[in-house]
Amino acid sequence: MVLFVKRASVNPVFRALADPTRRAIFEQLTRQGEQTVHALTHFAGVSQPAVSKHLTVLKRARLVRHRRQGRETHYRAHVDALAPVADWLTQYGAFWRERFDQLEDLLKRMDP
Amino acid sequence: MTDSASTRTLVLERDLPHPQEKVWRALTEGPLLAQWMMNNDFQPVVGHSFTFRATPMPNWNGIVECQVLLVEPQQKLSYRWGVGGADGWIVTLTLTPTASGTQLRMEQSGFLPDQTPAYQGANYGWQKFLGNLERVVAEVN
Repeated sequence: MVLFVKRASVNPVFRALADPTRRAIFEQLTRQGEQTVHALTHFAGVSQPAVSKHLTVLKRARLVRHRRQGRETHYRAHVDALAPVADWLTQYGAFWRERFDQLEDLLKRMDP
Repeated sequence: MTDSASTRTLVLERDLPHPQEKVWRALTEGPLLAQWMMNNDFQPVVGHSFTFRATPMPNWNGIVECQVLLVEPQQKLSYRWGVGGADGWIVTLTLTPTASGTQLRMEQSGFLPDQTPAYQGANYGWQKFLGNLERVVAEVN
C-alpha cells in the first residue's frame, strides 16, 4: 500500500510543476527532446530571463538536465524525476478506489 | 505562495445511488467510517485531531494523523492527512445531489487548498498534465 510515499520526495517536483509555464516548458522538452534556451524562449513566449528562471527551478527539482555548447545551453527532460509523483498517483488512486468500493458496500447495508 | 492555486493533485469521483444525508452519515459517523476507511476517533468538529488506524506494515506503523479543517454539513468535509511524521496532505470530500442520488468527489492535495478564482483554470492545466504524465513515464520505461 501507498501510504508511505513520502511527501518530502514528491514536494519539490509538485512545486516545480505547479506553474503552468514551467509545466509547458517541461512538456515541450519531453516532446521535442533537447532544446536550447533560445528555442524554449521562442516556444514559451516570455522573456529569456523568465525562461532561465523557470529552468533553474526545474533543474533544482532534477526535472531537467543541461549541457553547454559554445554560447548556447541545451536542456533536456529528466523524466525519471517524475517517478515519485507517478508512484504517488498510482498508489493513492488505487487506495481511494478500493475505499470507495467499500463505501458502496456499506451504503447498501445501511438503513435508507 | 503564488503557485498554490494549481497544486491540487488527485481527484476521484463516484456516483452513488443513495441520498446525500445517508452518504454524509457514512463519512462522518465514526463506526460507519470505520467500515469503509479505517478504525478512527473522528468527530465532525473543526479543529478536532484524530487518527485512522490500520494494521501496521513493514514500512508504515498503520497510523494516519489527521485534523478536521472544514465541516459543511451534508456537503463538504476536509481534513489534514499526515503519514510518517510528514506535515500532511489535505483530503477534501464533497457531496453533490444528482438525479439518481449523490456524487462523491475526493480531492487529495499536497498543499493547502486555494479558493481564488484563478484556481479552476490552473487546476484544469494540472489535471491535463497528470494525464500526459502517464504517457511520458510509459514511453521512457
